[in-house]
Amino acid sequence: MGLEYVKISPGFEKYMPRDYVDLVEFGQFGKEIDVMQMGQFKELVEEHPMCAGCYMAYFIRVFYTALPKPEDTIVLGTAGCARLALSQAAVPFIYGNYGDTNAVASGLKRALSIRFPDKEKDVVVIAGDGGLMDIGFGMTMHSWFRREKFTTIMVDNEVYGNTGGQESGMSPKGIQLKMAPTGKKFDKINAVELAQTAGCVYVARISPTNPKRIAKVIRRAILAARKFGPTFIHAYTSCNIEYSIPTREVLADARQREKKDFKFYEWMTDEVKEYLNEIEKKAKEVKS
Amino acid sequence: MPEQKVVEPEHLLLEAPRERKFITGSQAFAEAVKRANVDIAIAYPITPQSETMHLVGDLYAQGYLKDYYRAEEEYGAMSAIAGAVRGGVRAFTATSGPGLLRGLEAIVSWPGHRIPAVLGVMTRVVNAPLSIQPDNVELAYLLHSGLIVLHAENQQDVFDFTLAGFPISEKVDVYLPVVVATEGFFVTHAKGYVELPPEDMKLPPRDPYKAPVPPTDCEIPPARIQRDAPVQKSNFMSYLIHAVWQQEIWAANERSRKWIKHFLGGLVEVVNPDAEVFIVASGCAAAQGREAQRYAELEGLNVGLVKVKSLRPFPTQELRDTLKNAKAVIVPEHNIVGWLAKEVKAAIPNSGIVVDGPRVYGGMTLPVELIMEEIYKAFGIKKEKKTLV
Repeated sequence: MGLEYVKISPGFEKYMPRDYVDLVEFGQFGKEIDVMQMGQFKELVEEHPMCAGCYMAYFIRVFYTALPKPEDTIVLGTAGCARLALSQAAVPFIYGNYGDTNAVASGLKRALSIRFPDKEKDVVVIAGDGGLMDIGFGMTMHSWFRREKFTTIMVDNEVYGNTGGQESGMSPKGIQLKMAPTGKKFDKINAVELAQTAGCVYVARISPTNPKRIAKVIRRAILAARKFGPTFIHAYTSCNIEYSIPTREVLADARQREKKDFKFYEWMTDEVKEYLNEIEKKAKEVKS
Repeated sequence: MPEQKVVEPEHLLLEAPRERKFITGSQAFAEAVKRANVDIAIAYPITPQSETMHLVGDLYAQGYLKDYYRAEEEYGAMSAIAGAVRGGVRAFTATSGPGLLRGLEAIVSWPGHRIPAVLGVMTRVVNAPLSIQPDNVELAYLLHSGLIVLHAENQQDVFDFTLAGFPISEKVDVYLPVVVATEGFFVTHAKGYVELPPEDMKLPPRDPYKAPVPPTDCEIPPARIQRDAPVQKSNFMSYLIHAVWQQEIWAANERSRKWIKHFLGGLVEVVNPDAEVFIVASGCAAAQGREAQRYAELEGLNVGLVKVKSLRPFPTQELRDTLKNAKAVIVPEHNIVGWLAKEVKAAIPNSGIVVDGPRVYGGMTLPVELIMEEIYKAFGIKKEKKTLV
C-alpha cells in the first residue's frame, strides 16, 4: 500500500498542516531522489533537537534522502542521540527498550513477511555504538546469525552522548571519558569484522565525507537486505560535544578519520554483488 | 494436521462440544495454541517452561503456525514478540522465573506499547540459592505493569485461559497483553483431565486494524507514541503525555473485566458463598484450598473458597461482596512474601480478618493439613498435634 497511506484523503488538503502537504507534493514519496538534489525538495526530516554541528544529524538527513522506498520503510532506534532526530522524521519509527532494536526488528520483519509475502517492506535499524555493540550486543549478533533480512546502521560517535559522555565499547583505547576516569583500557570493537563473521551479506565502513557515497552505501545495504540477509553499515558520526571538536572542524575531523581507522570499506557476497550490479546497471540505463 | 475451520471465539470456548483428555499442563498450553490461529511463536528454553515451547514448535512443524524460532535469550524473545505484534500478527511465548525477570523490561513495556499477545508463565523460584522448583513470587513483579494476569489452578484452566487470552487481549477496548500463569511442574508436568473442543476449529485470525493503536506496517498511518520521546523532556507536556497514556492502560485493564466474565465466567469462582470462614487462593494454592474446603465440609465446618482467577484486573468488588460476613479469611500461597494476602487485605474494609498464610516456598508442596490448621484456629478448635515416631 505504501504510497496510499501517505497521500492525503481528497477534501482534506486544506485542513492538513502545510508541512505535510509539502511532504506529499514536493517530497520524495514515490520518487527517485538523488542525494545531490538536497535543498530542492521537502525532506523527510527537517527539524530536530540535535546539537549544533552534530555530524550524526547530518548523516541521518542523508540517510532519509537515500531510502529507496520511504513510504514502505520502518525505522527502529533505541536510547541515544540518533532517535531524537529519527523520531521527527516522516517515516514510521519504533522506539522500544534499551538495546532491543535488532530483536524487535527480527519480530517485525518476520511479521511483515507473513502478512505481505509479495511486498517489499524495508526494516532499518539505526542505533548508536552503545545500543548495538554494548547493551544490545547479543541481540545484534544473533539477528545476524539468524540471517534476519533487515539493515543495521551503527552511527558511531564513540561515546554515550545522550547520557552525558560515558565510555562505550567503540571509544578508542586510552581516551578519557566519564566512567573511564583513567582512560579506556581496551581497543575499539571491530564491528565490521564481527558483522562479516556473523553472516552479514553486505558490510560497509564509512566516514561520511561524501554524500553520494553515503547514499549509495545505504541504498545498497537496504536493497541487499530485502533479498539476501542482514546488512551492516558502520558510520563514523563524531560527537563534537564530548570530543570537543569545534563545529567548523567537524568535517575536517571526519576526513582525518577517513584517512586513519575509518577508511572506506565495502564488502559483499558474490550474489549480492551480482544483484546490485544488475540493479545499478538498469538504473543507469533509465537515466541515460 | 487437520483442516481447521475458523469459528467465533464464543463458539470455540463456550459452545463447541468438548472431549475429555488426560494431559499435562504443557500439553494444555499447546492444545490452546493449536486452536488459537497463532502466527508466530518465539521460544527460549528455561525449565519448567521448555516443554510447552517444544510442543508449540511441533505445532509449527505441522503447519499450525507460520513462523517459530528459538531466540537468543528472554529479553530478545520478549522484544521480538513486541516487534511481531506491532507488525500485525498474533504471537505467543512462554517463560519461567529467572527467564521472566530477564525479559521483564520488555514485558512490562508491552502494555504501554499496546501489544496484544499471550505470555505463558510457568512459575519457578527466582533469587538464590538456585532452584528450578515452583514458587510464584515472580508474579508479584507482574501486578503493577498494566498486564492482564490470569492464574490457572490446573490443566483445564491453562487451556481455557490461554485460548480465551487471545480474544480478550485483542478486544479493541482492551488491547493489552494477557499473562496466563500457572505453577511449574505441579501443573506443567502433571496430568489432569481437560475438556477440549475439536481440533479442527480455530479462532478467527488477528485483525490488526481493529485496534486503538494501529500496527506499524506501512499500510495505514502509524501511531507515533514516541514521536517526541516524551519521558526525556522535563516539562509539563511530557508529564501529561505519560500520565494520560498510563491512565488509559489501566482503564483498558479495567475494561477487560467484562471480557473475562464473558469468556471465563468471572474473575473468581466461589464455593459455598454462605460460609463463615473463607479460603482465598489462586493457582495451585486454590487446588489445595479446594481440598481443604472439602475436608472441612466433611467435618461439618462451614468453610468456603474464593478462587481468584484474575489477579489483574483484581476482583475487588467480588471479594468485598463474598467476604462481607466472613469471620476469617485464610490465604494460602506458594511464595514467601504473601502478595495475594496483601492484595486481599487492601481490597476489603476489614483487613484484620485476613490470616497471613499458610505459605510454602522454594518449591515445596502445600499440604492441605496446613490450611486445615488455620481453619481449626479460625473456629477456635484445639487439635492435639500427633507426632509420628
